[in-house]
Amino acid sequence: MDVEILSRLQFAITIAFHYIYPPLSIGIGVLLVIMEGLFLKTKNPEYEKLTRFWVKIFALIFAVGVATGIVMEFEFGTNWATYSRYVGDIFGSALAAEGIFAFFLESGFLAILVFGWNKVGPKVHFLSTIMVSLGSMLSAVWIVVANSWQQTPAGFHIVGEGLNARAEVTNFWDMIFNPSSVDRLLHVLSGAWLAGAFFVLSVSAFYLIKKRHIELSQKAIKIALTLAVLASLFQLFTGDRSAIGVSENQPAKLAAYEAHFDSLAPAPMYLFGWVDEHNQEVKFSVAIPKLLSILISGNPDYKVKGLNYFKPEDKPPVNIVFQSYHFMVAIGFALITISLLGLLFWWRGSLFKKKWYLYILVFSVLLPQIANQLGWISAEVGRQPWIVYGLLRTSEALSKAVEANQVLFSLILFIIIYALLFVLFIYLLNEKIKAGPEEIDKSSMVYGHQKHVIGSD
Amino acid sequence: MEFTLDLNTIWFILIGVLLAGYAILDGFDLGVGAFYLLVKDDKDRRVILNSIGPVWDGNEVWLVTGGGALFAAFPDVYATVFSGFYTAFMFLLFVLIFRAVAIEFRSKQQMKWWRKWWDISFSVSSILIAFLMGVALGNIITGIPLGADKEFAGSFFDLLNPYSILVGVTTVALFIMHGTIYATMKTEGELQNKIRTWVNNSIIFFVMMYAVLTTTTLIYYPHMSEHFIGEPFLYVVALLNMLAIANIPREIHHGKEFLAFLSSGFSILTLFILFAIGIFPNIVISNPNPEYSLTIYNAASSQTTLNIMLIIAAIGVPFVLAYTFTIYWVFRGKVKIDSTSY
Repeated sequence: MDVEILSRLQFAITIAFHYIYPPLSIGIGVLLVIMEGLFLKTKNPEYEKLTRFWVKIFALIFAVGVATGIVMEFEFGTNWATYSRYVGDIFGSALAAEGIFAFFLESGFLAILVFGWNKVGPKVHFLSTIMVSLGSMLSAVWIVVANSWQQTPAGFHIVGEGLNARAEVTNFWDMIFNPSSVDRLLHVLSGAWLAGAFFVLSVSAFYLIKKRHIELSQKAIKIALTLAVLASLFQLFTGDRSAIGVSENQPAKLAAYEAHFDSLAPAPMYLFGWVDEHNQEVKFSVAIPKLLSILISGNPDYKVKGLNYFKPEDKPPVNIVFQSYHFMVAIGFALITISLLGLLFWWRGSLFKKKWYLYILVFSVLLPQIANQLGWISAEVGRQPWIVYGLLRTSEALSKAVEANQVLFSLILFIIIYALLFVLFIYLLNEKIKAGPEEIDKSSMVYGHQKHVIGSD
Repeated sequence: MEFTLDLNTIWFILIGVLLAGYAILDGFDLGVGAFYLLVKDDKDRRVILNSIGPVWDGNEVWLVTGGGALFAAFPDVYATVFSGFYTAFMFLLFVLIFRAVAIEFRSKQQMKWWRKWWDISFSVSSILIAFLMGVALGNIITGIPLGADKEFAGSFFDLLNPYSILVGVTTVALFIMHGTIYATMKTEGELQNKIRTWVNNSIIFFVMMYAVLTTTTLIYYPHMSEHFIGEPFLYVVALLNMLAIANIPREIHHGKEFLAFLSSGFSILTLFILFAIGIFPNIVISNPNPEYSLTIYNAASSQTTLNIMLIIAAIGVPFVLAYTFTIYWVFRGKVKIDSTSY
């Protein structure tokens, strides 16, 4: 295997593994804010127990996210040195801003969130929870902005020629608010909220099935289900916006999403199928006529550019993009269905009695995770053969000083270490879930002291 | 030497500040890790681990942000160093992962073998991280083979030269000293008495390494002291550095651990300044072809970006300092183990 394939594999594996954790942190972070907010508002100690339990889970997830995240910060330089030289003027600033604005905020207040229960007052603790949640979302802002610039470069000019050419910023705000940043950011964030919401739903439904921590789990399910309903519907909106953006800015990617080889007007939309790239056809497919044209432009006769419109060397691989995109969309609709069904049962008062539905919740934890991964696969593979769309090819972006055997060696070690890490993570997570929310010792409770004073009156 | 405080120089200083901040902060928690296995009792080990518990993660952010700032301000340095030192950096990343995980997982289970394994991982990775960073700094001093295309033209084993290994070992010694001092601030009783004796030993170890390193540098790498010729005020930094180191045993003797810690932090800072003065205006020295060196000018981003980044730093850094002080203030004092501890 050559350096390019190995480096791409290594980047794909390290980022995919890393991306299990930050969305969970973002999603659970929002829920922690709600849980602790309810505790401060109602003074109901059940909410404190709930918050403390989820803080512990959060800390475990966060730790693995940090450990695998450091790799990402340096991997651009180790494996993609030419890319780093080319985009450093732009991409580097976003990464540095992420460090300054997001990581310090997160890591600092995380200390109070996890270890500070007895060190600060309840309001300061709540503030820390908000800051950690805010920090985790800010880090998404900068990293999605940086990635969006790779998809839809803006606010720059090219300086130098040949090997010395690089992109330099001309307008900072155009670079930040490049055509795809906002849509993609919202899409990523609501994907993260879904990951967190369904994680909490899954664990809480598991407790209800096992008849443990019933009151607590019911409260958690109500909170998480509310977020799930809002986020899954919002995801439909951001997904639609993103797809329209792709059709405007990256038409080759859209053609790959939908496996359209010839430019068509009107263009149908496939529900599913298997792409035969060699014969340029979609087998075993079901398609809705005109739907793609309508969704993109509102006009049923809108002409959608097909893959053959582009030069052969500019075409992305089709089947993998098509499949990951379609499965992501399907999961999106499944999440909406599950969320709305839950809302319906809640409204009817039968939410906690339907065992089959609780079982669905237990397993649905995997759905947002899979959809998040598939979404990134379609976005990143759909951008190929470009690393910066239309400007720099992936094959030209590698480190010149690095050889295949070096990457092979590090790739194998990453796979071993990450496999070990994942097993340990699942094991410890399972232990924590088995242990469940503990009875909090009165003296360490946030309002324990005040209660005691009142009680002794 | 011409010295103008232009944007490139400011960024050279700022990245230096970030990396020095990293060395001072993560330096003590790496140092704590380095002597950790000498603490035998499980309860004492938890005290030691929890002394860095709330802060190690934030300390590491200085490295991550330093990396990001290097990418933004001097992309060629970021690209050349990380791809050139590929295998060494991969090792560094692996030990960083192991260390983070070891701290987090260690006390989550009671099993003896479990804790033993993570204790060893934590300690060995702490030592290796300090050592590898020292080796990297050593190679910056000796210079590395660069081509006209700014790419590294050597091999992994070129990086493991005797001088760089010496810098690596000195870094470990420095961090052990820094870590033992930190640990005396956070512990009490029997444990504190034991660590206090280690402080003295680690000071001796460091001063010996430091003397050897300084002599070697002056003899074999005279470019590191070139800037000092005819600039007597630069000697003040060297003098302050020695005074700070000499002050550490004095404060320890008087039982003023916090002042000793400040002194040790200050000595790390001045060491960093001496290093920065030595290499300026180069960031990566090319050896044998010095004309290919990466300087703060030929490796920098555009003036527009350096300017934007300066604004970002001006907004962000006060917040960063505020969080850092807040966290250290909230978790000041001796370690007490409770249900939220590691």
